[in-house]
Amino acid sequence: MPPVIDKEKCIGCGTCAEICPMQVFRHFPDQDKVPEITFGAECWHCNSCVLDCPKEAISLRFPLPFMMLHVNSSTLHKNG
Amino acid sequence: MNITDRIKTDVLVIGGGIAGLMASIKAAANGAEVIIAEKAHVARSGSGATGNDHFLCYIPELHGNINVVIKEVANSQTALCGEPEMIRYHLERTFDIIREWDEWGINMKPTGKYECSGHAFPGKPKIWLKYAGANQKKVLMKKAKEMGVKFLNHHPSIALVGDYQKVRGAVLLDTSQVEPSLKVISAKAVIMATGCSTRLYNNEASPGWMFNQAYCPACAGALAQGWRIGAKMVNLDLPNRHAGTKYFARCGKATWAGVYRYTNGKPVGPFVTEPNEMYGDMTSDIWGTVFTDVMHNGTGPVYLDFTGLTEKGFAYMHKGLISEGLTAQLDYMEKYGIDPQKDAIEFQQYEPHLFSRGFDIKTDGSTSIKGLYAAGDTIGNFRGGISGAAIFGASCGEHAAEWVKNHACDEIEVDNSTVEKCRSLCSDFMSRSNDGASWNEANLALQQIMSNYAPAAPNHVRSETLFNAGIKYLADLRKNVLAELSTPCSHTLMRAMETLDLIDVGEIVMHAARERKESRALHQRADYTFTNPLLTGKFLQIWRNDRGIHTEWRDKRA
Repeated sequence: MPPVIDKEKCIGCGTCAEICPMQVFRHFPDQDKVPEITFGAECWHCNSCVLDCPKEAISLRFPLPFMMLHVNSSTLHKNG
Repeated sequence: MNITDRIKTDVLVIGGGIAGLMASIKAAANGAEVIIAEKAHVARSGSGATGNDHFLCYIPELHGNINVVIKEVANSQTALCGEPEMIRYHLERTFDIIREWDEWGINMKPTGKYECSGHAFPGKPKIWLKYAGANQKKVLMKKAKEMGVKFLNHHPSIALVGDYQKVRGAVLLDTSQVEPSLKVISAKAVIMATGCSTRLYNNEASPGWMFNQAYCPACAGALAQGWRIGAKMVNLDLPNRHAGTKYFARCGKATWAGVYRYTNGKPVGPFVTEPNEMYGDMTSDIWGTVFTDVMHNGTGPVYLDFTGLTEKGFAYMHKGLISEGLTAQLDYMEKYGIDPQKDAIEFQQYEPHLFSRGFDIKTDGSTSIKGLYAAGDTIGNFRGGISGAAIFGASCGEHAAEWVKNHACDEIEVDNSTVEKCRSLCSDFMSRSNDGASWNEANLALQQIMSNYAPAAPNHVRSETLFNAGIKYLADLRKNVLAELSTPCSHTLMRAMETLDLIDVGEIVMHAARERKESRALHQRADYTFTNPLLTGKFLQIWRNDRGIHTEWRDKRA
């Protein structure tokens, strides 16, 4: 579930777990330096963790129902 | 369930969004000792968490007379719940706050000068200041810190302590550890800045995905805490539905600079035929149900089309989307190759939420309860988004600071019944085995009742019989939730308490809407199909006390 943490890049600072507005992370630095995504279904996809991670170690995976519906603009202008 | 702290303060601000931060800054500036109790973290909470790019304003050098702006507001999507007195007060203060924000480090002149754009009709005055708000929370948090404001992050409020007359403080849930605990805060004044209530209705964008929201999905039901101690509410009877990109629910309608078109290319509305970043397309502001209507009558879907937008226009829009806080959506578009230079994006109407439906306040932010103030999206008689939150947040802070100078702290006693009720409820939920009902179930159950028995137009009607049934079903649901819910940790306990607040809010909606015996905007009654002109200049107040639930019509203040 979103977000996704790159374990190689993560330094275990816990910023993401601290600032997430939905509090989807848990961080137990004694057990694992990398925060755990405990409540991924509650992700707002607001990008706060992505923006605030000092190591750019986080990306969001967008669930399939979030697809942004679109068409090529030219299909709206077929009649000139 | 332990109570780990009992704290006294002058002003307790509940919610560290834009309204809460402005309230705390101004209260501290006026000499008050201030604590912000924030559900998540003040750096990134609320609907303005990652930014905003438009600020409703009156700037003398742009607009001349203030009445020019007042007239535009009256023609806008924000008019329905706006109280004339509040609109004027708000506009009179915007320029001062804008200059303060600019000085503190939020760039209010990203093009080098004060410039309004978006939500505008061609040829008419523009009233939304374009600003670069991506850093707004960080800047305001820093300012609050400098002013000596104390932050209690990861401490949602679960109840106000008060007695239908006066507020005395709040009970906070400490979610910083897996095992929850409580804190009791006694305060001379409490400012509710808890945002709009989302998660009340079935999600329109993606059913079942409660957190796919345009507004902050964690802002859920806290106005019920004011309701339970007797605060008067307005406009919960009039549903609000926002619109935006489909199916990725986001704000920012006016940041996208396109033209809404049918699939044959014909513009949907009369306002623009070519995209213009200075206007956007007002069609969906004026015809709020457009995206639902076209799906129901088969003429849809409707796309926002950017064909013809200049290079400068695309750059302006892109900057605006970043300022608006939509970087996740931009990342999505990059990943899936969606490019406004070649793609048109479908729009939709979202489910009802309580945006600017709630506390009935005066211009000083005071509610009907002594010592209780409210600001931001949780107030019911003004809708101004970020700028409304900023101005009424500031007003609350200033006036609460004055209030505390003349009032003593009525310290909450150790055996206070509200505190004991909270402790007992939380202990019950935590002590049950994990195979009980989850908060998600409770929240989804609430959404199905609200969507069926207090639905919003178009294509859905309301009636006395539906409300009577709905009120009964909400009571049944509350009973089941209290008996069956189990929460394995502090986080799920927090969501459970939000859901109980939301059930209360659902009840307020149904009681208020039952009393509005007419049809107006998205409140369409099968049993009162007309709009009653005698109610046009009035708000319906609703409140409760030890004698039950009460409603009363009051005149809008000029």
